[in-house]
Amino acid sequence: MPQVAIKAQGLVKWFGEGEARTDALRNVDLETYFGEMLYIVGPSGSGKTTLLSVLSGVLKPNSGTVLVENVDIWNLDEDGRADFRLNKIGFVFQDFHLFPRLTTAENAAIPLILKKNDWNESLKEANNYLEVVGLKDRAELPPVKLSGGEQQRVAIARAMVSKPDILIMDEPTASLDGDTGNAILAFVHKNVLNPNRCIVVVTHDERIYEFASRILHMADGRLSTEEKTTAEKGAPEKITAEKSVVEKSTPEKSTA
Amino acid sequence: MKSILKLGYKLLVNDRAKFTALLMGIIFAVFLIMFITSMFFGVLNHASATVINIGATIWVMDPTVETVANSVGMPDYVLDAVRSMHGVKYAVPLYSGAALVKLADGTYQAVTVIGLDDTSLLGRPALIEGKIQDIYAQSGFIVVRDAEFSKLENPHIGSEFELNDNRAVIVGVAEVATSGLYGIPTLYTTYQRAVEYIPNPRFTISYVLVEPKSATDITQIKQQVERLGYRALTKNEFMERTANFFIYQTGGGTNMLIMTLISFMVGLSISGQTFYTFILENLERFGALKAIGIKSRDLVGMILFQATFTAITGYGLGVGFCVLLIWLAKLRLPSYAAMLTYTNLVIGFVMVAIIAGISSYFGIRRVLQIEPFDIFRG
Repeated sequence: MPQVAIKAQGLVKWFGEGEARTDALRNVDLETYFGEMLYIVGPSGSGKTTLLSVLSGVLKPNSGTVLVENVDIWNLDEDGRADFRLNKIGFVFQDFHLFPRLTTAENAAIPLILKKNDWNESLKEANNYLEVVGLKDRAELPPVKLSGGEQQRVAIARAMVSKPDILIMDEPTASLDGDTGNAILAFVHKNVLNPNRCIVVVTHDERIYEFASRILHMADGRLSTEEKTTAEKGAPEKITAEKSVVEKSTPEKSTA
Repeated sequence: MKSILKLGYKLLVNDRAKFTALLMGIIFAVFLIMFITSMFFGVLNHASATVINIGATIWVMDPTVETVANSVGMPDYVLDAVRSMHGVKYAVPLYSGAALVKLADGTYQAVTVIGLDDTSLLGRPALIEGKIQDIYAQSGFIVVRDAEFSKLENPHIGSEFELNDNRAVIVGVAEVATSGLYGIPTLYTTYQRAVEYIPNPRFTISYVLVEPKSATDITQIKQQVERLGYRALTKNEFMERTANFFIYQTGGGTNMLIMTLISFMVGLSISGQTFYTFILENLERFGALKAIGIKSRDLVGMILFQATFTAITGYGLGVGFCVLLIWLAKLRLPSYAAMLTYTNLVIGFVMVAIIAGISSYFGIRRVLQIEPFDIFRG
């Protein structure tokens, strides 16, 4: 059996009160596994970003639990959750959020710097990851000198530099053209995904569905019972709820 | 924490335009605050020039005296009475007044005349030319070589001029710690010659200079003088009384306060607004840092470090520019009344600390308000 990375139960989240209340999550249950690349797809306003935020310890749900590697993250205090995010989760944001006044290497090193590691050691480690994403020769440039695809690769290097168990990608191709977006996800699928890591991607870009291990469809604050998984090639095929996607497609978490 | 502070430093200084604007705001405020206060302290210092230069421990005076330059004559019995008081080691009279000198070209120049006790010459200046005993020579005067020296046509030993229609001969050239406030030369002579040369009312003793037997006797002497109907002040108290007169009774203090507050407000608005803009422009990225896992106290520490670094750098440069300008001014105008003291430096530093504190407070408040979720929401 693959190991559970995130187990969420009964997640409820609403915004506003009274007539202005909007239900973003309605009793959502979810399990993600190490070694899988899980896509959460759905139309705008369906609640997928809210779900991503709750799962990553950024947004507190009104009710429900989120266990990450069997730790209830919403029982941790604020500092504990900050530590949890810093050590366990890598974030790739839709708009990259790179600091324009820092070099590419300094941007990539930020999680290590926030861990209070030595500055030079952090840069050295960041340079290793920039080499992995093919940007070693751009390490001293500011992000504004890079293309959109290159900036996203810097963001991936930043997310990976602290060796997180879970990678959260929020609309990673939204700011990129089709080919670049495809190349980025191909790179992540090939080089970042491994049996010890779980990647959760929120997207509505159908062109990158081919890299998904599982696809969960979200609508109106609920995860649909219909799940999709990748075919060997081409468009994703529909599968029935009874068919265990995990058993079929997720590699087991390495015990090494 | 060192790495996080370095991150804050790089975020700050790499944004050169904003960092420059921030620094300019602080430098401008510090420069103005320091300059205004140093001018004022310089004026206060010059106003107490006679007290500083004479250097007596206790000054006995008429109770209505507000500044050393505006003495009120006291009868001779005051000197005798003070000399007989408990705790007094010795007491001597001092004359302080103004006279007119007729120069060789026929023009007149106002001078301050200090008449020293004939016996002790207590409070005599340090001579750089001549011998002090020559002050007893007929018509002998000692001239002070300060910024006003040239107004007496650069006299030398042997120079003669008329002082209130009496012959005066320069027998020595002296230097003093502080020049007077009013931009006129200073002459020293004996007490007797001073009261002889300068027309006076009935009472001629401007001050009685007292040396107590010990520091513990000062209070007792002051009480005895008060019972006599006069006032005794220590050197520092007299300087403070003179300063208070200029601060509270001439409007100078109010003007300085207003100018200092304006400088503070200008500095605060430039630096505060620029720092807040700097925070706003990086707000989403600070939010991203929060999402990644920076703790709030580390983020606050980073912003405080940025504000502190800017404040200290701006303060240093502001003080530096102020010192440079005062130095340049004194090269051209030796009597330029500007003086940097620890008090100026502390006032400037407190102002800058307030500017930095207010600027960072609003920035920190804004950063703490941002939710990492906002970063996901876009």
